Amino acid sequence: MRYSGLQVLKEGLFGNKGWTPAWRNPDPKPAYDAIIIGGGGHGLSTAYYLARNHGLRNIAVLEKGYLGSGNVGRNTTIVRANYFMPGNSEFYSHSLKLWEKLEGELNYNVMHSQRGQVVLFHSDGQRDLAARRGNAIVNQGDDAEFMSREDLREEFPYLDYEQTRFPIYGGLMQRRAGTARHDAVAWGYARAADRLGVDLIQNCEVTGIDVEAGRVVGVQTTRGAIKAAKVGIVVAGRSSQVAAMAGLKLPIESHVMQAFVTEGLKPVIDSVISFGMGHFYISQSDKGGLVFGGDLDFYASYAARGNLPMLEHVMEAGMTLMPMIGRAKILRSWGGIMDMTPDGSPIIDKTHIDGLFLDAGWNYGGFKAVPASGWCMAHLMATGQSHDVAARFRLDRFRLGQIIDEEGAGSQHNLH
Amino acid sequence: MRLTCPLCGQRDRREFYYYGSEDYLNRPAPDADPEAWDHYLHLRDNPAGVTKDLWYHELGCAQWLLVTRNTVTHEVLETALVADRKGAAR
Repeated sequence: MRYSGLQVLKEGLFGNKGWTPAWRNPDPKPAYDAIIIGGGGHGLSTAYYLARNHGLRNIAVLEKGYLGSGNVGRNTTIVRANYFMPGNSEFYSHSLKLWEKLEGELNYNVMHSQRGQVVLFHSDGQRDLAARRGNAIVNQGDDAEFMSREDLREEFPYLDYEQTRFPIYGGLMQRRAGTARHDAVAWGYARAADRLGVDLIQNCEVTGIDVEAGRVVGVQTTRGAIKAAKVGIVVAGRSSQVAAMAGLKLPIESHVMQAFVTEGLKPVIDSVISFGMGHFYISQSDKGGLVFGGDLDFYASYAARGNLPMLEHVMEAGMTLMPMIGRAKILRSWGGIMDMTPDGSPIIDKTHIDGLFLDAGWNYGGFKAVPASGWCMAHLMATGQSHDVAARFRLDRFRLGQIIDEEGAGSQHNLH
Repeated sequence: MRLTCPLCGQRDRREFYYYGSEDYLNRPAPDADPEAWDHYLHLRDNPAGVTKDLWYHELGCAQWLLVTRNTVTHEVLETALVADRKGAAR
């Protein structure tokens, strides 16, 4: 069923009895042309673009829980393309362009809102870096706007500009950045992929990857063996476990990162605002809750819940930046499992096993990448060649020394 | 989370600096091939379950600790001084 305003009206008049499930719930077939392990944002978009761009129809997505039960529903929903390093810059630029056409293409409301994101700077050095980053973004073909303190005061009067510790010098704004409804992105891709014939198989955990003579031939699952000549691993925080089934050891360490949401408030913060001197970024959801996040807890963890020191840091950073939110009550906090690479950039590449592909290492920035990640992973799985905008996301780049170190922190596991 | 330092007793997590997997204790020889360095610096087992990793008691006794803990439950099973390891440099 195609969704439209007319359909809503029609269903409203006749008791909403005509709505059908958004996707089928098929049993696994014994064999497929391609299998995607992982029914999150990246896995579902990979399946969708395999079908839409490359004409593959005999595809399955295997999800151990329910669709979108992982990080795609646990993030702070920010969509942006303000990257600096070659490799990241063209990739996220491509992703943002896909975001801008996503709702029409999927026939699904993902509530993509280009409300702008401003990254604040608090020193002369940070100002220079912001100018340089802004120029790189403009050269890439995207938008960046250098805002003075006066510009900011007009648009964000509630920030504490005169704080003695980290006075705000200005900010780098990207107007095309914004937010989207995270679950809806997974649902939209799932429904669109299903309409193209992709089998979305839930409660189906992969327990083994079958390799014969250096070629992948299928997978073992809790719902039986399934054959396929092409298998894509798209499982974020669990990448190391699934890759180990094929004897692969990855340059990934899984960490926990926390996010928070307050009770619903009247509209007050109409952009995404990122603090430049502490780990704090905030936006307001359409429901009214202030959604904000911090940084990693900084130790390897699969607990999907965080510890109090980082919570305290995030609250302190928030109060430093905008004291007005001090009375808002935190409704809940949660943690996601981040697949951290040594340089903080992702991997979309073949493995040493023929037909086995890897899409992983999204660190703390996977949500905005969902469209381009699927686009490029599908291109790689269908053609065997890396897509131009993802060519630098190599699995072996650490050994080769061709790292993409966006933060300039170094290439070691505890630095990002 | 709290860690029990063998010298200082049970201390707040904030006193410690997390370095990473115990792989960092197995430094290759300077002339080892690039693959050995890749393994040492980048490739990780990354277990969901019991792991051993290195923590530095930065705001305490300044000792390196080898911590055995569970990455799924955050349970700390054992802490030991790296200096007490067999064959450790004195």
